[in-house]
Amino acid sequence: MGDLVWIFFSAMVVNNFTLMLFLGLCPFLGVSGRVETALRMGAANIFVLVLTAVWVWALNTFILVYAPYLRLISFIIVIASLVQIVEMVIKKVSPVLFRQLGIFLPLITTNCAILGLAIFQTIRGYGFLEGLAFAIGAGAGLTLALVLMASIRESVELADVPAVAQGTALVLIIAGSLSLAFMGFAGLLSSS
Amino acid sequence: MRHEISPADLHCGAHGAAAPPRPGHAAPAREDLLRGIWRENPVLVQLLGLCPTLAVTNSVANSLAMGLATFFVLLGSSLLVSTFKRVIPGEVRISSYILIIATFVTVAEMLLQALAPDIHKALGAFVALIVVNCIILGRQEAFASRQPVGRAALDAIGMGGGFMIALLLMGGIREVLGSGTFLGVSLFGPRWEPWVIMILPPGGFFTLAFLLLAIGWWKRPRAA
Repeated sequence: MGDLVWIFFSAMVVNNFTLMLFLGLCPFLGVSGRVETALRMGAANIFVLVLTAVWVWALNTFILVYAPYLRLISFIIVIASLVQIVEMVIKKVSPVLFRQLGIFLPLITTNCAILGLAIFQTIRGYGFLEGLAFAIGAGAGLTLALVLMASIRESVELADVPAVAQGTALVLIIAGSLSLAFMGFAGLLSSS
Repeated sequence: MRHEISPADLHCGAHGAAAPPRPGHAAPAREDLLRGIWRENPVLVQLLGLCPTLAVTNSVANSLAMGLATFFVLLGSSLLVSTFKRVIPGEVRISSYILIIATFVTVAEMLLQALAPDIHKALGAFVALIVVNCIILGRQEAFASRQPVGRAALDAIGMGGGFMIALLLMGGIREVLGSGTFLGVSLFGPRWEPWVIMILPPGGFFTLAFLLLAIGWWKRPRAA
């Protein structure tokens, strides 16, 4: 049990996917303008991450033992189909949520955080529960980073930023500062 | 009718995305090749493929390996996609491109593992993550799937070269400041105190931010 909690917090803050491992930067830079959108994007990501973790565990346990060279190709197929299925289910069950998520849903396919999760899970040899804890932690970390970024950007909008620094450069500087702050969590590692 | 991702959405760093080449606009071969190097540089201008740009550029050697691997995958998939552009059905084109890309990435990963095991270990999961590098998918959708093989190859060489230049720029700055070395050779002697922050994750964000600032300042509209 302690292991699971540790995996969760490690994935969420110590090795935060976005700020420490640079995975899932695209939505981080692209859709972090509003807190509300950021939250929704985060929720969609957690959902896909958890489903991916389950499928990757099944693939690793039952199929890839016999054909390790198919790893990458099968992962990407699983992710692409999962996103497609999730999209169809949400469209059928809750058209309102579907409209709110809009283009973010299909874009999750090309989000490196999802494939990154699958690969890290494989490299570290996580079992079923460990993989689940890892996925939820990683998703929570992504959401945390997105929401933090969005709230900072909402405030910065009112500030008088020089024209040259506006746009991506400013977002990257904020991201760097956030990343610097998150490095403080590395202290958790040594005290465990 | 097409229930798929449009090319514009694949440019995941949405704000900086450059327009795809205009159809019927015949550019000379030189233009195909040089466009990716500077004017439409995938990283510094279009802001694509930022994950590897920030994650593996803590040393020049890693940047070089990543650049070469991406170059190989981009060139290989562009050639294949351009060759089979009439065979691939429109409805499943994105999935087909991803499969082609994943195949080349698997080859690149095996090659790297065999030729440079140390670097393969240092790059870790990021070699496999070339699959989701939007530069590659973006070029297939926007260029290779509509152009003859020769032009697709030139475009891939240009874009791959541009990506490599950006990676080496980042890797150079970060390694020189962060470790005081270039390709492992000490530059400043023992009295140099390295800026450790530069080779840590925040250094990646800051280096790219200042590169973009410098480019923005250089390209700023000059008042008379």
